Amino acid sequence: MLETLTPVVATGLFQYAWLLIAIPAIVAALLLILGKVTNGFGHWIASLAPIASFVLALIMFIQLAQAPKADHAVGLTLYTWMTSGAWHFDVGLLIDPLSILFVLLITGVGSIIHIYSLGYMADDPNRRRFFAYLNLFIAAMLILVLADSYIVVFVGWEGVGLASYLLISFWQAKPSAAAAGKKAFLMNRVGDMGLLVAMFTMLALVGSTSFSRVDQAAPFLNSGWATFIGFMLLLAACGKSAQVPLQAWLLDAMEGPTPVSALIHAATMVTAGVYLVVRSGAIYQQTPAAQLAVAIIGTITLLVGAWIGCSKDDIKKVLAGSTMSQIGYMMLAAGIGPAGWAFAIFHLLTHGFFKANMFLGAGSVMHGANGDVDMRHFGALRKAMPITFVTFGIGYLAIIGFPFFSGFYSKDHIIEAAFHAQPVLGVLALIGAGVTAFYMTRLMCMTFFGQARWAKDVHPHESPAVMWVPLVLLAIGSFAGGMALNSWIGEWLAGVGAKAGGHPSWLPHITWIGVVTLVVVAAGVLLGWWLFGKRPVPAQAPQKVSIITTMGRNDLYGDQLTYNAVGRGGAVLARGVDLADEKGLDPLADGTGWVVQTLGDKVRHIQNGYVRTYGVTMAVGAVLIGLALVVSRLV
Amino acid sequence: MIFLEFTAPQVDYVRLLPFLIVLGVACLGILVEAFVPRKARFVTQTALAILGLAAGLGATIWQWGDGGRGLADPASITGGVTGTVLVDGPVQCFWAILFGFGLIAAILFAERRAHAGASAFTPMAAAIPGSRLESEASEAGLVHSEVFPLALFSLSGMALLVATNDLLVLFVAVEVLSLPLYVLSGLARHRRLISQEAALKYFLLGAAASAILLFGVAFLFGYSGGFSYEKLAHAVSFSTMGDGILLAGMGLVAVGLLFKIGAVPFHSWVPDVYQGAPTPVTAFMSVCTKVAAVAGLLRLFYAGLGGMRWNWQPILAGVAILTIIVAAIIAINQTDVKRVLAYSSVAHAGFVLVPVVGAFTLQSGLPEGQAGSVASVMFYLVGYGLATIGCFTVIMLVRSQGREASSLDAWAGIGRRYPLFGVVMVIFLLSLAGIPLTAGFMGKLAAFMAAWRGGYWWLALVAVLGSIIAVFIYIRVIQVMFFREPAEGSDPVELVRPGVPAVIVLALCLIGTLGLGLVPGPLLDAFQAASSFLIPAGA
Repeated sequence: MLETLTPVVATGLFQYAWLLIAIPAIVAALLLILGKVTNGFGHWIASLAPIASFVLALIMFIQLAQAPKADHAVGLTLYTWMTSGAWHFDVGLLIDPLSILFVLLITGVGSIIHIYSLGYMADDPNRRRFFAYLNLFIAAMLILVLADSYIVVFVGWEGVGLASYLLISFWQAKPSAAAAGKKAFLMNRVGDMGLLVAMFTMLALVGSTSFSRVDQAAPFLNSGWATFIGFMLLLAACGKSAQVPLQAWLLDAMEGPTPVSALIHAATMVTAGVYLVVRSGAIYQQTPAAQLAVAIIGTITLLVGAWIGCSKDDIKKVLAGSTMSQIGYMMLAAGIGPAGWAFAIFHLLTHGFFKANMFLGAGSVMHGANGDVDMRHFGALRKAMPITFVTFGIGYLAIIGFPFFSGFYSKDHIIEAAFHAQPVLGVLALIGAGVTAFYMTRLMCMTFFGQARWAKDVHPHESPAVMWVPLVLLAIGSFAGGMALNSWIGEWLAGVGAKAGGHPSWLPHITWIGVVTLVVVAAGVLLGWWLFGKRPVPAQAPQKVSIITTMGRNDLYGDQLTYNAVGRGGAVLARGVDLADEKGLDPLADGTGWVVQTLGDKVRHIQNGYVRTYGVTMAVGAVLIGLALVVSRLV
Repeated sequence: MIFLEFTAPQVDYVRLLPFLIVLGVACLGILVEAFVPRKARFVTQTALAILGLAAGLGATIWQWGDGGRGLADPASITGGVTGTVLVDGPVQCFWAILFGFGLIAAILFAERRAHAGASAFTPMAAAIPGSRLESEASEAGLVHSEVFPLALFSLSGMALLVATNDLLVLFVAVEVLSLPLYVLSGLARHRRLISQEAALKYFLLGAAASAILLFGVAFLFGYSGGFSYEKLAHAVSFSTMGDGILLAGMGLVAVGLLFKIGAVPFHSWVPDVYQGAPTPVTAFMSVCTKVAAVAGLLRLFYAGLGGMRWNWQPILAGVAILTIIVAAIIAINQTDVKRVLAYSSVAHAGFVLVPVVGAFTLQSGLPEGQAGSVASVMFYLVGYGLATIGCFTVIMLVRSQGREASSLDAWAGIGRRYPLFGVVMVIFLLSLAGIPLTAGFMGKLAAFMAAWRGGYWWLALVAVLGSIIAVFIYIRVIQVMFFREPAEGSDPVELVRPGVPAVIVLALCLIGTLGLGLVPGPLLDAFQAASSFLIPAGA
């Protein structure tokens, strides 16, 4: 049994926790319902909404931190959703150490990105709609993390899926954007099925989907069922968090506006899978098989994402590959067990900062480069965009794990924990760290260093303050986040079952693994610099490249694999069903119809309109009933 | 020397109040015919009937809670006329259903605008159809306002049939409900010959059925030595006599009641009478007669012949299957909308017998709080009644040259020309077909569940299959309404603007159909709470 907290009944401010969700939800509804009326000011109130939620969350966080440890989880039942037979579904919120961190991340980074979008989307004709969707996303994401049962999680889960779909295909006039939105939505459905099946199983076995009931019942689950639920939850997590084999949608999702990529497809939504796995810790505790599967999936994805990141020239796709890879690290940590949970969440938070930072930086670069995303057309931007360069550089140092930057703390923990749990995974995670350093260095060199390869009509310039101030804020987070969190996050998350063997200090704890990691990272940086910093970068992507690069450029053939594995089979199946319908069922149905109709034609002649016939029918009927009674007596 | 000892029966008038109100208003209606000037009669009768039925319904609902309380203390409610009439929970439910639908039908009787200012009834029933006398009467604006008291008398009979606890009263009630209906069936304004033919057929066959019923009553009397249900139940449990007489009596009484329900093979009158009778009368009898007959059957077979369950369940199951299948098959080839609905009504008689067969009650292992056979029968009848009256109201409005155009060919494409009307009709038809989100679906669900739980799972399965065939009946009408072009050179069919009464009826039926489809819980629970028959001591 895990030493988890039992939620106490909400009092004081916590009774109003629903406001966290309600504020952005109402603003989104207002903007969408009132329509053009709000064109002039909609984006302002939409930007205030997450800020208001953030302030509320911050106060709750402080109250929670001051409360005695036993009261760290607060439950708030809002209303009864439905009752069906023995099943009873309440809509309730759970504010505990895990969810409050997420709320702070979502509303904090969300606020910064809203402000950034004020500048980024200033000239878009559909700005109001964009902000409405962003608010919708914030509301749905908060439902997801604040829910106290899987079924309410599912509401948020679908809500963020919807918001993601709407925002990826925000510029729906572009066929590629429309297709990308559809792809994301469809691939997510596969994961959603996993969550649904997991919930059905819980209902059948436990009779409830509330976290507290499931956690209580988990230790008594038969290990087969626990494994089944674990795998179904993993499937759900793979869909939402773009893990192998459901990873292919995330790269296409970059068709959305860059703030969307930063908020949804880097900092928050795509980490929902990690949240789900950590939240379901009680179930994974019962099933080493599913736990190992989580870790393996995470490891595979972290390598695949890094590989893709190495070979892309599109700055956003490099970052998308990197996001996949970093979430792979989180999944790996989540799969290690209680020892890794705190690190998974830790890395999730720091990643939220530095990846949002870099995405917004990329947006700033695109802003200066007339929307171009090809890094081969950049180069030497450090002089033209100094603030973007510095803030991006801080994000870069954070992600490669440069000492004292945030990623250094969180990633080191994961690699170390992986070594302790399963050396093979540890080695692979270590290699991933080196590759990360390589492709991020490549990105830095191609974008900010070397000689300028701009097109003639491009005049790079620094972005306006409304865009660079958020960059600075996120850069501060990217730098200091690790130090600030390192000393207490392990202990903080103990209440939700995490058992971090952490080092409660902001000073790095030097181990041999840490030293080796630094060496590998340094090697990656040097290789990147040697290949892309020292030598000139061709403005056209070279065609004669190694098989490794070709594979990476093609996303490791994820789409083709998906198509061949699912699409082809599906098409054959559909054709077969169609054929069976046409040749088998249709004639059957038509035949039945024909038989019934012919029969009806014959039988209706009994109804000839003569009373005498009717009377005889009645008499025969009476005799029949009499006979039946006699027979029933004889038998 | 014979001493005739007569003890005055103890009559609980308060408990009988709803029935007495309706019967009293019917009698009052006769006086109205005698004393109120001709011009004011139709309005007076309309108002009287509607108020009377509303009062009856109100009194029933006012006492509803009583039934539940009385159950705890049977001694306090062996009320009514001791022994012959019994007012308990199911009776109050069925009264509420009867008076509610009676009220709706009475409102429909009052509809005049659809008939170009006249009523649906002939101006002078005694005149030879097509004669000068008839057209003069028509021009003079005569109306048969007697239809209201007739309907109320019929309703009184139905109310008695529902509440009777005595075989003799059962027979009387069946006669009281039938005789006015024979007359009403012959009063159609147009196509009078068909109407009169229908009335005569109904009367002849009804007389035969009554004879059979009475014969059955005699056998049962011979077996139990009395008329009351408790004596019958007692004899079933304890009599040492050979039960040949009992089986014969039971079978014959069942035939008599199944005739009124309209189950195959005692259904032959239904299509002809439904087609010939004035449409409001068809609406009235297709719903109220069925409710009363099913309720009467239910009480007799559950309370009086409960001990013979193992004998009558298979018989009724066979009748139910036969009814569903035969009605559904014949309905498919009908060319007249009223006949389609008549066969639909027969099919529904089969469906409603399904939960009756299940006999899933508190006595046979029904868990507290779930809907059993009695409650599901009630709910099913409510859903069926709402949709059926709604359909017939729509039929009243589709006219060609001032007459109802009920042939299916005439309906071609009418849904597209009148979309609002089309959608309303489609909702009623879908409810009859048992498509989800309508009362018809919830009714079928509850009914088949009751049969399933009562051990008749195979009957429930057959009923489901039968309802799939039955869906075809309604889809065919929808298909004609929306997807078929009217034939070249056919008479133009139009939808006349309904008057206030028809609009009220349509609105009530529509709201009820959709409302009970979406939120069936409260009504089902209320029925279930009051669904235990009071079985008097000695049973």
